[in-house]
Amino acid sequence: MCLRIFSVIFICCFLSCAVWADPASDQTAFKNYFYKKFPEIPVGDFINGVYAIDQTRRQQWLEIEEFPPYDIAIDEGEILFNETVFSDGSSYSDCFVDGKRSKKNYPYFDVNRNTVVTLELAINDCRVSHGEQPLKYKTGDIAKISAYLALHSRGEIIEVEVSGEAAINAYEQGKKYYYSKRGQLNFACVDCHVASSGMRIRAEILSPSLGHVSNFPVYRFKWGSIGTLHRRFSGCNSQVRAKPLAGQSEQYKNLEYFLSYMSNGLKFNGPSTRR
Amino acid sequence: MLIVLLLCTNVWAGGVLEQRVAAGKRLTLDRKMGNCLACHAIDNGPFSGNTAPPLFSMKSRFPDKKKLVAQISNPLANNRDTIMPPFGLHGILTEDQIHKIVEYLYTL
Ligand code: HEC
Ligand code: HEC
Repeated sequence: MCLRIFSVIFICCFLSCAVWADPASDQTAFKNYFYKKFPEIPVGDFINGVYAIDQTRRQQWLEIEEFPPYDIAIDEGEILFNETVFSDGSSYSDCFVDGKRSKKNYPYFDVNRNTVVTLELAINDCRVSHGEQPLKYKTGDIAKISAYLALHSRGEIIEVEVSGEAAINAYEQGKKYYYSKRGQLNFACVDCHVASSGMRIRAEILSPSLGHVSNFPVYRFKWGSIGTLHRRFSGCNSQVRAKPLAGQSEQYKNLEYFLSYMSNGLKFNGPSTRR
Repeated sequence: MLIVLLLCTNVWAGGVLEQRVAAGKRLTLDRKMGNCLACHAIDNGPFSGNTAPPLFSMKSRFPDKKKLVAQISNPLANNRDTIMPPFGLHGILTEDQIHKIVEYLYTL
């Protein structure tokens, strides 16, 4: 009898976990929400953020993209990536062999390290394993190298894989972060980028989260420089008076993992320009 | 004497109310305080957001002042999923500041 109750409880727990941890159906629901809310946006255009929604801003942006302000960052990133010689005589190209310099391979879940590896993390891992100091994560050289690699990854398809218990756990952590209210102003990411997407907060139009990872790194006029996705996360945390986290913190990596998986099937188009 | 006194208090009260309304307006619009315009259209203010209903005819729509104070202080009590910040509950604004905002909203 006892055993039976136990096994029923066990099966129930197992089932509820299985239902909860289903990235594939999360993704379908997430996409369908936006397809329904924005029937006029061609699916592939979600990678352009607010410029997929607002035609006036799109025109201004297209004009800017003719002489993009991130060009200098790409040139500097190219030099940094190809000409940096580490103290042990090796270089970035020793780490980024084969497809490893393509954005489509990030983020991925590294089972051995039990953590999500993003492109920026891989850049610093490369440096550290060859005796160099890590770079700052949100802006500067790392964003430039990332911009150079992003340029060469344009058009690649986002196809993040989430499988295996540990990977699903990281994904669930990212999802939880995305849906949790935080900060003195009490906002979750989902409040602004799902529920209120397409609407205005003051003069800012809120972009849908679908496609949010595709265009990074970005040159922002507000920053006056190029910055990484995690820099943007920090900004959105600060806006609601929540404490921004460190670049490549577990939470931000998991958040990037979750958001990237939500955007599977879309194309990378970074680097880009934003207000 | 009594009339003079009454008159004085009236003028005094009027002046104070005016000051409170003016302060309330500043608090409502200031981006670092209420920043209500971020979401609500108010009195045709510039660059207002549209994630929330416009605020108008407040006195007739909210005859009970307490309800208006409560909506600003803790909107979560009315709607657990609202995106409106809990201005009182999270200490974004003081009680006095919220009351000043309500005085201003009553002029809309
Ligand atoms: C109070 C509203 C608000 C909240 C909460 C918020 N954001 Fe944002 N976010 C904005 C605004 C405004 C912008 C700039 C306009 C736009 O692109 O949506 C923005 C931009 C972004 C962008 C850049 C989009 C692009 O096309 O370049 C990303 C990525 C992003 N937010 C992610 C997040 C994440 C992740 C969270 C939660 C940790 C979050 N945001 C929370 C308001 C918010
Ligand atoms: C980030 C968005 C946001 C901000 C900022 C905001 N509100 Fe709201 N407010 C809402 C939303 C959304 C509603 C709709 C009701 C709900 O969500 O429960 C609302 C509802 C209200 C209502 C009820 C309106 C009605 O007609 O029923 C009042 C009154 C109100 N807000 C006052 C304020 C005041 C005053 C401020 C500034 C001190 C403010 N709000 C700031 C989002 C916001």
